[in-house]
Amino acid sequence: MQLTDYEKAMLDGANGAAKARAMDLLLRYGQAVGAERLVETRNVAGAFNASTPSIQAIVDKGFDAVYSELNLDSDEVVEIPRVAVPTTQLITGIDNDNWRLQGVDESLVKMQRASEAFLGERGINMCATCTPYQVGNVPLMGEHCAWMESSAVIYCNSVLGARTNVEGKESTGAAALTGRIPYWGYHLPENRFGTHRVNVTIDVDDMMDWGLLGYYVGEIVQEHKPVLSGRLHHPNLIKLKHFGAAAASSGGVEMYHIPGVTPEARTMEEAFGPHRPQQVLHFGEVERREAWEKLQSATDRRVDFIMLGCPHNAIEQVELVAHLLRGRKIHPDVALWVHTPRAIKEIARRAGYLATIEAAGGVIMSDTCPAISRRLPEGVRVIATDSAKQAHYLPAIAKLQGWFGSVRQCVDAALTGEWQGGL
Amino acid sequence: MTAIEMQQLVIHGRRVVGGKAEGEALVTRETISGWGGINERDGTIIERRHELVGQSFAGKILVFPGAKGSSGWSAFFHMARLNGVCPKAMIFTRMTTKMALGAVVTRVPAMTDCDLDPLEVIETGDWVSIDADAGTITVRKGGRRARQA
Repeated sequence: MQLTDYEKAMLDGANGAAKARAMDLLLRYGQAVGAERLVETRNVAGAFNASTPSIQAIVDKGFDAVYSELNLDSDEVVEIPRVAVPTTQLITGIDNDNWRLQGVDESLVKMQRASEAFLGERGINMCATCTPYQVGNVPLMGEHCAWMESSAVIYCNSVLGARTNVEGKESTGAAALTGRIPYWGYHLPENRFGTHRVNVTIDVDDMMDWGLLGYYVGEIVQEHKPVLSGRLHHPNLIKLKHFGAAAASSGGVEMYHIPGVTPEARTMEEAFGPHRPQQVLHFGEVERREAWEKLQSATDRRVDFIMLGCPHNAIEQVELVAHLLRGRKIHPDVALWVHTPRAIKEIARRAGYLATIEAAGGVIMSDTCPAISRRLPEGVRVIATDSAKQAHYLPAIAKLQGWFGSVRQCVDAALTGEWQGGL
Repeated sequence: MTAIEMQQLVIHGRRVVGGKAEGEALVTRETISGWGGINERDGTIIERRHELVGQSFAGKILVFPGAKGSSGWSAFFHMARLNGVCPKAMIFTRMTTKMALGAVVTRVPAMTDCDLDPLEVIETGDWVSIDADAGTITVRKGGRRARQA
């Protein structure tokens, strides 16, 4: 790989041992992927926080050791300096306020807080959400980023027109200290054109249908780049957040185009650039039902846990839940958790949505989600969720049954204790 | 040429992570999720609808199309290594950043860009020797027992 003089100096240790280890990882990674050089980035979003018992043995050696092992893949423990470029912490394992409801041991809460203090002193911003673009980290068109979180990456590339691959814990750790990431994949303009055409032949308008469309398309195109057209009502942040999270779960989609909606495709021609579609897919009633059926892993209609807000909810989604719950009580055998970034929770508090949801017996959770934390209320057997991503992952992770449906179907289930959702 | 020699074939490809390893192949035509797709404590596949669900890749030569799903891919294979349950080597067909970084931090020999489709010519149970620096994969059909027969 071609390195600049500055990068070579970092690799040789001129700027300290941590940057040298970071460059070593970037070099190994860049060579593995087949990159010719690195690119400068000033926008890193990664996972740095220590909040799981599985890494206790490393935490015992100190937070420099945690970063060295898990964020740099370094056998040697190096002293971690202030990050070189703006860096965001994505979702974590523990809600710093509602940890008791999660069943988290207090010692782990202390571990997370100590970890956050360590990271904060080094300039890592505790956004603590899978949706940094909802709380102020909104990269510009063409900006080179180094982001983790598949649902954020697909949003960053497709909706914002910024450029990132799906990075990992180690590569974002290295990028934060060096401001570099391999120049490969989605950083190159020629790799950003569409590959598959998707003709949508039924109306796709509400959030559930955008989730089903994403889940269907992702499983077929895998890591390719679909271009969507047809009966798509003009979407918004919430719908594309859901579409992308679903497509990145059933497959590995990191970028898509919707001509007239997403910024790199004003037209179908612009979406495909010099290429022709490799395959043309259709999304109609049959495909919608197929995706819906694949997302159901439950048979028991008595639900005991409702999970909303994956990816983390926008304020409008929190308002909708508050509206549906106003003046009502959820079933005594059911827990309802609504997930939103901490900054948006503060808005919900001020607008009264938090009080409304809590009065109905629900909880607003921040910082985490059940799939990441692997923590649910005790004794949960059957869940319902409005998220295709959560319906895909959570039953496998937590070994339970899952229903997928609309927000309204999920709130109804919370009120009655029974799943009545359907297509 | 003896029947046993005929059962051996050599594949050439590109090194992703250097090193040598040999062992029994575990082959899937389905991509694998790291976070939410594997249990990093015992190396089993946990994805509900995956053809390998319940099987462990610990100590196996994992032959698969590549990575999918969450960006926690590398972190989970990294933890699988620290827990001593990672694959002995990885052979894959589709390069992504998740796959490359995952292979790097798993620190096992890894190869891609093969001249024969590894998903076509390698079957679960075959005995596979990989020399990633030389860019070669030697496959003994039917496993080690067939070679010793």
